Amino acid sequence: MSVLDSKIPEGSLKDKWTNHKNKIDLVNPANKRNIDIIVVGTGLAGGSAAASLAEMGYNVKTFCYQDSPRRAHSIAAQGGINAAKNYQNDGDSVYRLFYDTVKGGDYRSREANVHRLAEVSGNIIDQCVAQGVPFGRDYGGLLDNRSFGGVLVSRTFYAKGQTGQQLLLGAYSALNRQIAKGKVTMYNRHEMVELVKVDGKARGIIARNLETGELERHSAHAVVIASGGYGNVFFLSTNAMGSNATAAWKIHKKGAYFANPCYTQIHPTCIPRSGDHQSKLTLMSESLRNDGRIWVPKNLEDVLAIREGRLKPTDLQEEQRDYYLERKYPAFGNLVPRDVASRAAKERCDSGFGVNETGEAVYLDFSTAIKRYGKQEAAIARMENPNEEDILNLGEAVIEAKYGNLFQMYEKIVAENPYKTPMMIYPAVHYTMGGVWVDYNLMTSIEGCYCIGEANFSDHGANRLGASALMQGLADGYFVLPYTIGDYLSNEIRTGKISTETPEFEEAEKDVSERIEKLMNIKGTKSVDYFHKLLGKAMWEYVGMSRNEEGLKKAMSEIKQIRTNFWNDVRIPGDKNSLNSELVKAGRVADFLELGELFAKDALYRNESCGGHFREESVEEDGLQKGEAKRNDTDYAYVAAWEYTGEPSDAVMHKEELEFNDIELKQRSYK
Amino acid sequence: MDLTLKVWRQKNREDKGGLETYKVTGISENSSFLEMLDVMNEHLIMEGTEPVAFDHDCREGICGSCSLYINGEAHGPDRKVTTCQLHMRMFEDGETIYVEPWRSASMPVVKDLIVDRSSFERIQQSGGFVSVNTSGNTQDANALPIPKMNADKAFDVAACIGCGACVATCKNSSAMLFVAAKVSQFAYLPQGQLERKQRVLNMVEQMDKEGFGNCTNTGACEVECPKSISIEYIAKMNREYLSASITSEN
Amino acid sequence: MSTKLSSSSVGRKVLMALSGFFLLFFLAQHFVINLFSVVSEDTFNEVSHFMGTNSLVQFVLQPVLLFGVLFHLGMGMYLESKNRAARPIKYALDKPSENSNWMSRNMLITGIMIMLFLGLHFYDFWLPEIKDKFIDGKWDDPTKYFPHLQHKFQDLTRVIIYCISFVFLGLHLSHGFQSAFQSAGFNHNKYTPLIKKLGTLYAILIPVGFVIIALFHYFTQL
Repeated sequence: MSVLDSKIPEGSLKDKWTNHKNKIDLVNPANKRNIDIIVVGTGLAGGSAAASLAEMGYNVKTFCYQDSPRRAHSIAAQGGINAAKNYQNDGDSVYRLFYDTVKGGDYRSREANVHRLAEVSGNIIDQCVAQGVPFGRDYGGLLDNRSFGGVLVSRTFYAKGQTGQQLLLGAYSALNRQIAKGKVTMYNRHEMVELVKVDGKARGIIARNLETGELERHSAHAVVIASGGYGNVFFLSTNAMGSNATAAWKIHKKGAYFANPCYTQIHPTCIPRSGDHQSKLTLMSESLRNDGRIWVPKNLEDVLAIREGRLKPTDLQEEQRDYYLERKYPAFGNLVPRDVASRAAKERCDSGFGVNETGEAVYLDFSTAIKRYGKQEAAIARMENPNEEDILNLGEAVIEAKYGNLFQMYEKIVAENPYKTPMMIYPAVHYTMGGVWVDYNLMTSIEGCYCIGEANFSDHGANRLGASALMQGLADGYFVLPYTIGDYLSNEIRTGKISTETPEFEEAEKDVSERIEKLMNIKGTKSVDYFHKLLGKAMWEYVGMSRNEEGLKKAMSEIKQIRTNFWNDVRIPGDKNSLNSELVKAGRVADFLELGELFAKDALYRNESCGGHFREESVEEDGLQKGEAKRNDTDYAYVAAWEYTGEPSDAVMHKEELEFNDIELKQRSYK
Repeated sequence: MDLTLKVWRQKNREDKGGLETYKVTGISENSSFLEMLDVMNEHLIMEGTEPVAFDHDCREGICGSCSLYINGEAHGPDRKVTTCQLHMRMFEDGETIYVEPWRSASMPVVKDLIVDRSSFERIQQSGGFVSVNTSGNTQDANALPIPKMNADKAFDVAACIGCGACVATCKNSSAMLFVAAKVSQFAYLPQGQLERKQRVLNMVEQMDKEGFGNCTNTGACEVECPKSISIEYIAKMNREYLSASITSEN
Repeated sequence: MSTKLSSSSVGRKVLMALSGFFLLFFLAQHFVINLFSVVSEDTFNEVSHFMGTNSLVQFVLQPVLLFGVLFHLGMGMYLESKNRAARPIKYALDKPSENSNWMSRNMLITGIMIMLFLGLHFYDFWLPEIKDKFIDGKWDDPTKYFPHLQHKFQDLTRVIIYCISFVFLGLHLSHGFQSAFQSAGFNHNKYTPLIKKLGTLYAILIPVGFVIIALFHYFTQL
């Protein structure tokens, strides 16, 4: 048997979670008061977990690097959150949500986890509404839904284009209530820089106060990592500037296995890069694909004319446009899952059809929808023979009501009016499905150390469907971890207060302080960003949307080289005992430089195409699916959990075989 | 574009601080204001000077981290944007640009352009929530229909990103728009009714404790608010407060 | 309740608004009475006499008015000092005109100008009246009001000072009128546009009216 024990409960799929909850050990209320829990990260997962654990009676310490928990990057999620409520009466059910999520993840996720996720999805909406989250509603006062890519039902709840913000503010308000009660102690502008283990169990962390540079010891009976994904390993991504993998990577180095790092989601609808000054990429919600049609010109001459500004996209007639998603995938059209849409855009641009100066952009066009809505509205208003302009105005008003903030954001960034001319979009790194390996209880391979939200690997397999990330973050934080953590903590009731004056804390703090000292003393010639950009370039080139053996090997050696150079030549001005943004960045980039290599290694070992991971060696050779990604279930239906052994290239892989009892493994077809 | 920047530098909370002048060259007008600062910082690092510290994170106008007073206006001359969404095309080549931190006694400077906004945190903790515990059995979400107009209004105010531009721009450094946004959000929703009175009383009390100034209805905050939250909600908060202070039990 | 109203920021703001409403009302009333001086000497005297001798007006409303004026001034100054303390370090470059109008930002200046004017106004009309009644004990001369008024407006300097003061009054009112509604919690897209229009109208008509009255008496006596 593998060293990995996923602890999936016995019983039929739909009873597993219920049975597990019924049998799980509980901690009595009096004992909870004597138990401390550390939560690192205050996004949807961390914020909701911290609030819920504190409500239950545990003493919680929460850490975030921002100046407020409300600024965690969950806030930027736009589109929505899935839940199997079937409010639209379109045949949705827990099973369908489960099925869509497993299928969307290209059959690389753990069945039991995903089913649990689907089961609690409805509770999340109930909980959030009770907190006062202002979801979009219809005129009857009931909750409204959207449809999202890759599914055939409308199950996505939303708050305009700011769903993540509203959900996070809900969790933040719950957290605030506990802070006010003294049940949560909040540490803003603090970064976890080391995990402290005592006798093999997670017993605390070393945190750095980012304002004063002070190193602090914090002890607890359990440590929860909710620090988000590692998309910033690509330098340019839709993640926040500060999003980092440090907490996750530190626990990995202390013994937590890192699973499937190569599963990255490249989101199809982002604003294209405009130049080298670019610091990050901005997402345009996937919900736009409900109404936007994606196209490039049919003829290369038109492409050139557009790039040189001789031709405007609106000048091209319908027959001169190639709506390539509708052409290739007639069943799902513009609503194919993200991985498929992204690769299709890349394919068109690689073939020379990219429509902006960099050749990396396709159009997302709303004119059809504007006209359609306009006619509808005119009919509702009983206008007789409305003219073209009235129809456009009415249609634009509908689009504005649905996506106003996104259109405004686009216009501010690109300085073009997307109501009048099609948006330009291009795929960008957005989400990482891989992450710290956890068992069914969300515990990592370190006892007492948990990992939730995007930081773990558990629910999305090789590709995440739209509006599933918010669902998973809140499911983990509100409805899973608060129960499962009791199973471990019930054995901790006799432990008593954990001292930070022990050799283990001493040593951990010393390690951190030496590492910082080392970074400060390099006094090299290049900035942290210089190395980060190099890493990003190597990642995007070789470990981006499409990967092959040669490129991946090259990536591994290049990243190693960048890492060596970094440790010899990075320059960090200022001092370590004050607010030093460069030092903070350096610590994070140092970790990315290791993670990137493991990422490439994982991609190298997975010689199949699945979800966000596309290996050029593994494509369908013929038939209807010719050229599409080819999955290999015989050899690769496993989770690759990597054990740290010193160098990322020496990491040892442990396989957790994935068993599918309730779902038939099928070729994903969106044709 | 070539620009002259006058940037506030301050080592730490105790330092007196002052404006420093820096030149930046070759800036693309398509870059954002923060990307322009990145370029400036890159140069400073190469010169061996400590780069200018400023708060920023999502860089897409939603996290509320960035907080710069640019050329005499919160988040700069553009409207309905945060600093990260402000683009250099709003400026002239050769222009001199002042970059200062938010100024308020309740938001002291931590370093350079970074301020301490924990006063906002304490206000939220004093009542910006509905007291409902996590449980899998709150009532079904649709068991509580909410008129679309109320839901939309609640959303409009809930859109506040807590950046502090209202305080920074108000001549009195008043935080009333910020507090009004949260008070109003819950006042419009049925979920917020039970604690409605206590919420507004507590939040206003905490706001006063933090030392923010009073509102004189200049309306500057709603103009500079990146999320266009209207002072209509300050009036609503005043109403809520008045009725709560008259009718509440304590 | 009372403690919260007088000790909290929102409460004080509401009190400012309430005293403002009261002063707005008083001002309108004062204006109407003055208007009689243009139309008819007798009516003016009659109304003035009523106001000057009615016990309710003299012993209830007058103290209330006095208190209202002083309260409005005192609270305004106090709030302004607190507001200034809320920003101890000013911006090196600030462009408040980009987002608000001058009147709204300078209520203290216009307010103080009005107060200075009130000093003169009290010296001109109120003190003589008090002297008449309470020192000289003369309560019953129903014809003295109009001549007294006329006498005051023979002096060009005084007329000019009055006129300038009314400009400040107008500026103060142009923000104060609608601001009082906002502070008291009245803001709704149905009626607020109307309030704003009324405010502008009030801020123009009343001061201009006073100016016309002053000029009328000056020119009719040339």
